[in-house]
Amino acid sequence: MSLPEPFRLLAYLLGIMAFVGLNAAYLVWVERKGAGRFQRRPGPTEVGYAGLLQPIADAVKLLTKQVIVPPGADATLFRLAPVVVLAPALMCLAIIPFGPHLVAREINVGLLLLFAFGSINVMAIMIGGWASRNKYAIISAARVVSQDVAYEIPMLLVVITMLMVTGTMDLNQIVRQQAGAFWNWNLFKLAANPLMPVTFVIFYICMLAETNRAPFDMAEAESELVAGAFTEYAGMGFGVFFMAEYANIVVGCAVATVLFLGGWQSPIGILPGAFWFLLKLYALVFSVVWVRWTFPRTQFYGLLNLSWKILIPIALFTLILSSVMLKLF
Amino acid sequence: MKQPLRDIVGGFYSLLSGMRVTIAQFFKPSVTVHYPHESLQMPARFRGHIELVRDPATGKAVCFACKVCEKSCPSDCITVEGAKLEGAKRKSVTQFRLDFTKCSLCGSCVEACKSNAIRFSRQYNLASTNKDEFVMDLFKRLEAEGQ
Amino acid sequence: MTTEEIMAVAQGKAPNETFVLNLGPQHPATHGVLRVKLTMDGEYITRAEPVPGYIHRMQEKMGENRTWAQYLPNTSRIDYLSAMAYTHGYVGAVERAAGIQVPPRAEYVRVITSELNRISSHLVWFGAFLLDLGGFTPLLYAFDDREKILDLLEGITGSRLTYSYYRFGGLYNDVDEDFLGGTREFVAQMRPRLGMYRTLVTENIILRKRLEGIGVITPEQCRKYGATGPVIRGSGIAYDVRKVEPYSVYADFEFDIPVFPEGDSMARYLVRMEEMGQSLRIIEQALAKLPDGPVMAEKVPRVLKPPAGDYCYAVEAARGRFAVLVVSDNKEMAYRIKLRTPSFSNLSLFEEVSQGMMLPDALALMGSLDLVIPDIDR
Repeated sequence: MSLPEPFRLLAYLLGIMAFVGLNAAYLVWVERKGAGRFQRRPGPTEVGYAGLLQPIADAVKLLTKQVIVPPGADATLFRLAPVVVLAPALMCLAIIPFGPHLVAREINVGLLLLFAFGSINVMAIMIGGWASRNKYAIISAARVVSQDVAYEIPMLLVVITMLMVTGTMDLNQIVRQQAGAFWNWNLFKLAANPLMPVTFVIFYICMLAETNRAPFDMAEAESELVAGAFTEYAGMGFGVFFMAEYANIVVGCAVATVLFLGGWQSPIGILPGAFWFLLKLYALVFSVVWVRWTFPRTQFYGLLNLSWKILIPIALFTLILSSVMLKLF
Repeated sequence: MKQPLRDIVGGFYSLLSGMRVTIAQFFKPSVTVHYPHESLQMPARFRGHIELVRDPATGKAVCFACKVCEKSCPSDCITVEGAKLEGAKRKSVTQFRLDFTKCSLCGSCVEACKSNAIRFSRQYNLASTNKDEFVMDLFKRLEAEGQ
Repeated sequence: MTTEEIMAVAQGKAPNETFVLNLGPQHPATHGVLRVKLTMDGEYITRAEPVPGYIHRMQEKMGENRTWAQYLPNTSRIDYLSAMAYTHGYVGAVERAAGIQVPPRAEYVRVITSELNRISSHLVWFGAFLLDLGGFTPLLYAFDDREKILDLLEGITGSRLTYSYYRFGGLYNDVDEDFLGGTREFVAQMRPRLGMYRTLVTENIILRKRLEGIGVITPEQCRKYGATGPVIRGSGIAYDVRKVEPYSVYADFEFDIPVFPEGDSMARYLVRMEEMGQSLRIIEQALAKLPDGPVMAEKVPRVLKPPAGDYCYAVEAARGRFAVLVVSDNKEMAYRIKLRTPSFSNLSLFEEVSQGMMLPDALALMGSLDLVIPDIDR
């Protein structure tokens, strides 16, 4: 049955919002249980079986807290910031192909749209920090912005490399090109770019930095001394920022899956479908949790050094290398 | 050129080895005890608050209120009162007040007592919402246990 | 800011504005109640003034109002993480005063328990330091190992943290076979764990970048402020009370003093990690050589009245040199007990070394100094 276009789109968008909401809530559970298991302890177990109702309890707690707008803060921007952080994640998910026909909107400049929306995230945190009128929030937000901008550049270089390899910006086309068994995935296309695994690693690191995840979580964990960029947000405002962080992680991992790991293609060549996409997506999300609980935080200048002095030269090198390979072969 | 490249590769490899360590720990069993659903056995020498020892022959407390424990306590936690019952050769304890809010479980009282009349209990579940519950009369407790 | 001020900043003519930031008595990090008044120029610290005293419990005064035996629990609580060594210092001083000889079995058990305590203190430092730096997992691995030590010590003393195990002339009670067997097992499984910490943490590039070159303390600064322990051994000077002024039976054991010359936070970190390995060596040797016999000297008077005079005893606690001076005037209470604690001297370095550092680096420096605030304030 095929619905007329506007209703189909609406149904998909509702599905995406539900997906993001569920993910944001239950990725918290995955993170806490994962943290527990990495640390040889059970994690949440009391609320519901194996702690599965814990996110619900947390959400209820956040909802019952008073949302205080600090006096002197810019009330419109203050209330707008959480929304602006969450909305791009939803938009990005609208164009990601979950399955062969399971995409809200097939757009032939999908990749461009993804990164355009990804940049809005940075601006939203700046708005949140600025609107709080709190000296430490502004400093923290400024750091987040410089971190995010510094890591966008290697990410875009990597994406340009992938663009040259795949020749199209349409995400669904990119996935279809990786049909066949797992050696057809972009990650293993060493003929086009011998340093493809390096490219993947660079993309992964940039994705961690863009979403402010450990080991690059200076913004939130600045509470060594002062609270981070979200200090003035209480209750559901903070809850939405939190949800947006997990939504961004899901988007980042989804993009990595589509670009490098074959999207919804199956690794054995038969029965492609949304199941494989979700499996790869959650494997990458698990690895993000794994990285968070293993490493200490980088220092701020170490973070910028990593981006400007290490990742950008390597990304440029792989770009040139793959263009040379494509020209010659 | 070579050295920085080697540093980068070496650094990246150290990150991967760290991740290997944590994932190995991920698959090992949990080391925590699920208190309060499970609890641990306290060892024999565990220092809970002190309690009076009952003499198995007479069924009464061994303590005869010599007050050596009261003098040896560094924090002035103990107040002992005794009275000589009729026909008895020495006093027997009538009140043994332990102010547990000040006790540091140092064991001076247990060591000082020459007749082994007090010993450490193994009580550790001592939460209460009322401060008065921590000013214990150990003699009354012994009597209550006897019933 | 007025227009003139903004114009001044834009033209680069603004005066250097500093602001005072209070690193308040309550830390997010697990150092304790220490207040540090930071005068900061933007990101950089121009002056860091530690304000101790928030947990001053008058330990030295209490020594004057308690009998010699009644003061024993206090000694465990001065530095609760390294309680055995502190009790050892006090008990050693009083034994010197009263001329009490400790039987050899008691001395060996004292060494074993002190070294176990040193390992557990270093494990707490390790976990808390990494927590400051943002790595949450090694804390739990360290505490898992520490649980085993605490269970061992609880089996013989009855307490987990503040032991009050040593008495004048020996020990509270003897060790049993459970303890000895358990300690052997612990030593056997701790060495691979130290290897795991090396892979997970020490060789990690992120940690190395955080610690190498940060907070360099020169040997001259150590000498000026009297810093001891891993702080001075991380600056290249091999000073360890167990080797320089051997006390108890440490002269019978073969162990090395880890010394690293760089003087940065990484050097102090490595000193402590190596020290844990050396403590394991000492425990193994002590277990092998443990003599039989009584654990308490005979003829220790109930009410101790040491002859008048000054008596001093120094031990190597986990944080540095801990020395006790007891002044006796032949009464049942001390006339004066003076405690020379390592964290106080180590903290005084902080003001000079942290000048010009950025705040997170200064916190890494403070973590590497391994301060326990009750030790500073007594």
